[in-house]
Amino acid sequence: MTDQAERPTLTNREKMAIERNSMPEQAAQTRVLDFSEVNLGFTELLAVSEAERCLQCKNPTCIEGCPVRVNIPRFIDLVARGDVHGAAESLLDDNALPCVTGRVCPQETQCEGKCLRGKKGAPVAIGALERYVADWALTHRDQMPLTVHPPSGKRVAVVGSGPAGLTAAGELAKSGHHVTIFEAFHAAGGVLIYGIPEFRLPKDIVQSEVDRLRDQGVEIQVDAVIGRTWTLHELREMYDAVFLAVGAGLPVFMNVPGEHLKGVYSANEYLTRVNLMGAFRADSDTPVLHGQRVAVVGGGNVAMDAVRTARRMGASEAIIVYRRGHDELPARREEVHHAEQEGVRFELQVAPTEVLGNDERWVTGLRCVRMELGEPDESGRRRPVEVPGSEFILPCDMVVVAIGTRSNPLLTASEPDLAINEWGYLIVDDSGMTSLPGVFAGGDIVRGAATVILAMGDGKRAANAIARYLDPEAAKAADAAAAAEAAQAAEAAQAARAARVAEAVEAAKAARAAKEAAAAVDAASRPEGPTA
Amino acid sequence: MYPVLAATALSPNVTRLVVEAPRIAQVRQPGQFVIVRRGPDAERIPLTIADADAEAGTITLVIQAVGKSTMDLVEVAPGDSIADVVGPLGSPTELLTTGHAVCVGGGVGTAVVHPIAQGLAALGVPVTSVIGGRSREWVIFEEELRRYGPVLVCTDDGSYGRHGFVTDALRDLLDEGGVDHVYAVGPVPMMKAVSALTLPYKVPTLVSLNAIMVDGTGMCGGCRVSIGGVSKYACVDGPEFDAHQVDFGLLADRLTTYRDFEQAAVARRTACLLPALAEAAAR
Ligand SMILES: Cc1cc2nc3c(=O)[nH]c(=O)nc-3n(C[C@H](O)[C@H](O)[C@H](O)COP(=O)(O)OP(=O)(O)OC[C@H]3O[C@@H](n4cnc5c(N)ncnc54)[C@H](O)[C@@H]3O)c2cc1C
Ligand code: SF4
Ligand code: FES
Repeated sequence: MTDQAERPTLTNREKMAIERNSMPEQAAQTRVLDFSEVNLGFTELLAVSEAERCLQCKNPTCIEGCPVRVNIPRFIDLVARGDVHGAAESLLDDNALPCVTGRVCPQETQCEGKCLRGKKGAPVAIGALERYVADWALTHRDQMPLTVHPPSGKRVAVVGSGPAGLTAAGELAKSGHHVTIFEAFHAAGGVLIYGIPEFRLPKDIVQSEVDRLRDQGVEIQVDAVIGRTWTLHELREMYDAVFLAVGAGLPVFMNVPGEHLKGVYSANEYLTRVNLMGAFRADSDTPVLHGQRVAVVGGGNVAMDAVRTARRMGASEAIIVYRRGHDELPARREEVHHAEQEGVRFELQVAPTEVLGNDERWVTGLRCVRMELGEPDESGRRRPVEVPGSEFILPCDMVVVAIGTRSNPLLTASEPDLAINEWGYLIVDDSGMTSLPGVFAGGDIVRGAATVILAMGDGKRAANAIARYLDPEAAKAADAAAAAEAAQAAEAAQAARAARVAEAVEAAKAARAAKEAAAAVDAASRPEGPTA
Repeated sequence: MYPVLAATALSPNVTRLVVEAPRIAQVRQPGQFVIVRRGPDAERIPLTIADADAEAGTITLVIQAVGKSTMDLVEVAPGDSIADVVGPLGSPTELLTTGHAVCVGGGVGTAVVHPIAQGLAALGVPVTSVIGGRSREWVIFEEELRRYGPVLVCTDDGSYGRHGFVTDALRDLLDEGGVDHVYAVGPVPMMKAVSALTLPYKVPTLVSLNAIMVDGTGMCGGCRVSIGGVSKYACVDGPEFDAHQVDFGLLADRLTTYRDFEQAAVARRTACLLPALAEAAAR
């Protein structure tokens, strides 16, 4: 990371000539046999080559595409120069869980979707570079010292340990607040450990992020259900502020006949049994059904995770049943691609109307209808409508319902003063504060099922707001300092501008004087008396 | 970590564990349960809080060892710990404050009705308990329940108390009149029979449903039961429901989901233990 500084810098033309590097991955035939990670990550060579593709735009549009505004060209430049350490420091400054986001963010609709190079050809592989740098930081933790601020004497409770809660806890700990995370499950990580499977996000990565928080002094209390073990009211008495990040953990079912049959799972239950409870290991105590023909209803990341999990659990046929078309599949593009490679079958523009079963109430199939796009509705969107007479039966022995989640009322119902909207999500102001003073919220419990990065952004924003709430004086002082700095900068800019103007005026004056002088010389050199 | 302070055998395969869990002991209410995970790779299993001592900071769990996970759990010796005990979960029992209540317990379900009888008695409600088991050795919690009112014991084989089912004793009480509320917990066929019995008498009846659970907080939907044709989650909406609305057939069917898996797990466990047992026997 030192001598590489001598690397020659490439011209834009040379940069444009480099083709996008793809991340090595395990072959589809072998990877469906187990739960090891599909993507293998860039090597140093690939990473540097990919980083050299970045044009270092003056107005980097990629940053606009990032919900937490990671300074993308800055860390990529450091990678191109061979300074991974610097890149890691830069990245971790902006993003608390880059190992996670590098793996699960929908880059194609965010940073990479906005990358200038995508206008003509392939965008820079920002996600793969983020993952490369983040994984380096993870394996070189000793070189990444933690900065912990002196204790502020304030105590903050964080409810829920998904990406929103973990991010907020990290930020708050950095400012010296004593943070306790309360988590209902027996392990921290939220969807990152119970939902997203091992083959996409290895659990030891999440675990090391959690360990890092512990090293920062964050206390994690598992087996603590707020609304049951403690009430929100009690937390408000015990802590100076509370951050609610309980996610959107209530499964939605299709509401069709037969959903009580044995062999019908919500995606939450199926993935929790397999991931969190380890049912993918043969010796696990937690049972799970091993369907041979598994139908997964839905088209998002959750559906892709469930269907690819079913393949790995031995299903000879794993089928996605989705009511819209291929282009509308809301999952990350890479997940759809990986599912296709792994032999997942797609029944598109199909909607189930009933789950069929036998005498012992085991699932035997799905009754379905085909869908087509109807007339545009008020919003201009064409909704799928049933094709008359298109009914058919899709035989299967297991069904996983992955059509979304809603807010879990366990906590919100226990506190009637907590304002919720018509879907049960918490209402917050611009700073992330709920209707209860000192109680903040973020992530899926505010947005509805969204993304890891948005949840993290909320966690960061709320941590800032909580810091202000806890110490308005310091916040005011910081504001004043910032304002003074801004004023100073403005003044300096003004002075510079004035100086430039004065300079320009002087220059103009000098030029005029010179011109006049020249003219005078000219006149003087002319012969006396009127001419012509 | 939740230390086990005492373990007592109540019946051939029923064990009472006293576990240190101060917060749960302090706030639990009748009808609530905990989810227990013995160790790192163990299953999460729901268990009713049979009793609690807020001052001592302990809760009492009564466990029937029927599968691998419960067999492992009852083997935790006093002094050792259970990795996770989360709770109290579920909605507390709606206790009536007037009239005469009958608490019906079958087998290990008797431990589940115990806190209800306890709660009713604390409110000054007269309680009669009807408890039963296959034979004398399967009758549990008789002593404890006597503290709150008369206890009628039935055994299927007549080895103790009345020869017959709990429904026989309950029918007599209903015929006598003056029963305002029935709480019944036990095997599904027993609860179903109690429900069918009280329906013509129009006596409100609550049952506690032992659905299969994972999280116990409403996030998986695995515990769904059908109440009056509407899907409910036993872990948050229950575990107690109006017996006359419960689809017992569905509950019984769903409870068999992992039967094959469980039999295999028990067989594996026994196979693992056999050499050790044989060795012990040889010595
Ligand atoms: C299978 C799956 C795949 C996904 N894939 C992607 C992806 O590829 N990319 C992406 O960006 N997003 C993905 N998402 C969405 C993303 O995971 C969520 O948007 C994100 O995790 C929300 O974070 P959160 O912190 O708000 O909540 P969660 O991660 O849901 O965490 C909430 C935590 O709070 C706990 N909790 C709940 N109630 C209580 C209570 N009362 N007391 C104490 N603790 C409580 C829960 O147990 C949980 O641990 C996926 C989601 C799923 C389910
Ligand atoms: S938009 Fe693309 S090329 Fe431009 S700075 Fe960002 S990553 Fe580099
Ligand atoms: S146990 Fe998961 S929802 Fe009830």
